Amino acid sequence: MAQDPSAPAAVTEQQAIPLVRGVAFGEQEAPRVSQAATRLDVANLHAYYGARPALRDVSLTVWPNSVTAIIGPSGCGKSTFIRCLNRLHEVTPGARVEGRVLLDGDDIYGAGVDPVVVRQRVGMVFQRPNPFPTMSIFDNAVAGLKLAGIRNRELLREVAERSLRRAALWDEVKDKLHAAGGALSGGQQQRLCIARAIAVEPEVVLMDEPASSLDPMSTLKIEELMRELATSFTIVIVTHNMQQAARVSDYTAFLLAGEERVGELIEYGPTARIFTNPRDPRTEQYITGRFG
Amino acid sequence: MKRGLLERELQLLQDEMLELGSMTEKAVQRALEALRHNNAELSQRVVEEDRLINEKRYQVEEHVIEFIATQSPLAADLRLAIATLFIVTDLERMADHAEGIGRIHLLLGSSPAPEVPQIWQMGERAIDMLRDALSSFVQRDVELARHVCNADDAIDSLYDAAYANIIALMIREPESVTRHTYMLWTAHNLERIGDRCTNIAERVIFLVTGRLEEINVSRY
Repeated sequence: MAQDPSAPAAVTEQQAIPLVRGVAFGEQEAPRVSQAATRLDVANLHAYYGARPALRDVSLTVWPNSVTAIIGPSGCGKSTFIRCLNRLHEVTPGARVEGRVLLDGDDIYGAGVDPVVVRQRVGMVFQRPNPFPTMSIFDNAVAGLKLAGIRNRELLREVAERSLRRAALWDEVKDKLHAAGGALSGGQQQRLCIARAIAVEPEVVLMDEPASSLDPMSTLKIEELMRELATSFTIVIVTHNMQQAARVSDYTAFLLAGEERVGELIEYGPTARIFTNPRDPRTEQYITGRFG
Repeated sequence: MKRGLLERELQLLQDEMLELGSMTEKAVQRALEALRHNNAELSQRVVEEDRLINEKRYQVEEHVIEFIATQSPLAADLRLAIATLFIVTDLERMADHAEGIGRIHLLLGSSPAPEVPQIWQMGERAIDMLRDALSSFVQRDVELARHVCNADDAIDSLYDAAYANIIALMIREPESVTRHTYMLWTAHNLERIGDRCTNIAERVIFLVTGRLEEINVSRY
């Protein structure tokens, strides 16, 4: 059932997205044990800004209940790539996407698919913490639900506490839930944004350099949180920090833009292998700091 | 882009490891020379100088730990750091085998060691293996490393021959069983040096290819 794009998505509603199955994916070092969570299959993805290509022919599988890190030098299309995974890319004027992104087999670019529903299933946390500054911590946490029209105070309270607990923020804010979100420290604000993102129970959480503006302690908290969240969600993180990718991710994808400045997937595999024995010399050069 | 600091540290690590390799090679050479020419003074020196080799090993280990902590090496750089840790351990243990030969010689007293020609042949081959193992490291030469692993078979065969020879000597000269037992120990020390050269070669293969594999399982 297709939704009116202008209508807010109801959180409780299970949107039926047309299924597009049957895309063959090559051997991509699949995990031995795949748990029942959402997987993302990206097939022949091309992204453009107007006429200019930004990403070329990216195909990979993001495994369920895993943290997948996207690494690569500036300008290689990392952020563009994850913005394609929840249809945020097309929000930029003139931007468009070719190829397929299958969310547990459902093509998020399929005909009649509502981007709002896609973004509900695939949440996003941005580089700079962006809580609604004057809104209370409580209201920030449940902003997505309120936007979806949920007014049941008991439900909102439950979801707020659960989300703040899962974002490892509850103990720090439980006594000041009605203080402004903007009054929190940078690390707390980012965890509040994570709470806000997971409150609507997405299946996948995208994180675009979520710790790059944070101090080392706050960064470690976010990293531990990512591992914890991966038990419930599928996580994709863009990071410039190689050690962070090595610490938190299960899989790593290396993107690189060549002379034409179009990002391509150079190598994708288990993080432990990528960081100890990459197969492509360009990956080796990048992760050992010889370029980029 | 070159990572100057990291490249310098890598070079330093390699130089320190090779210095340890050179000290070990000298210890093995001297121990054999001392035994062959009944030079007790030289054997004593091998025994005493083993302390310097132990110190050098710990110095390289500390440097590797510092390198990992400060440079956060990844991929081939990380493999180099880890391989170095294992290689210096094998080098130090090889020097212990040389020290062992020195101590055996001192146990033999003033009379020359019983003549077991296979022991000198084992010594020559062990030193060649050590040199090749270290060269394969410097040149990142997988073929040479595999050659080192295969060369261990010759040492094992010589060990078999030395063993048979020494047993025959024991039967022929029962009054000298103790002295011949010492020669058996010497042969065993050399056989172990061959095994440790194989270990180094396997680390070189890991360093270059990222694969951990046991190339040649010693019969002993």
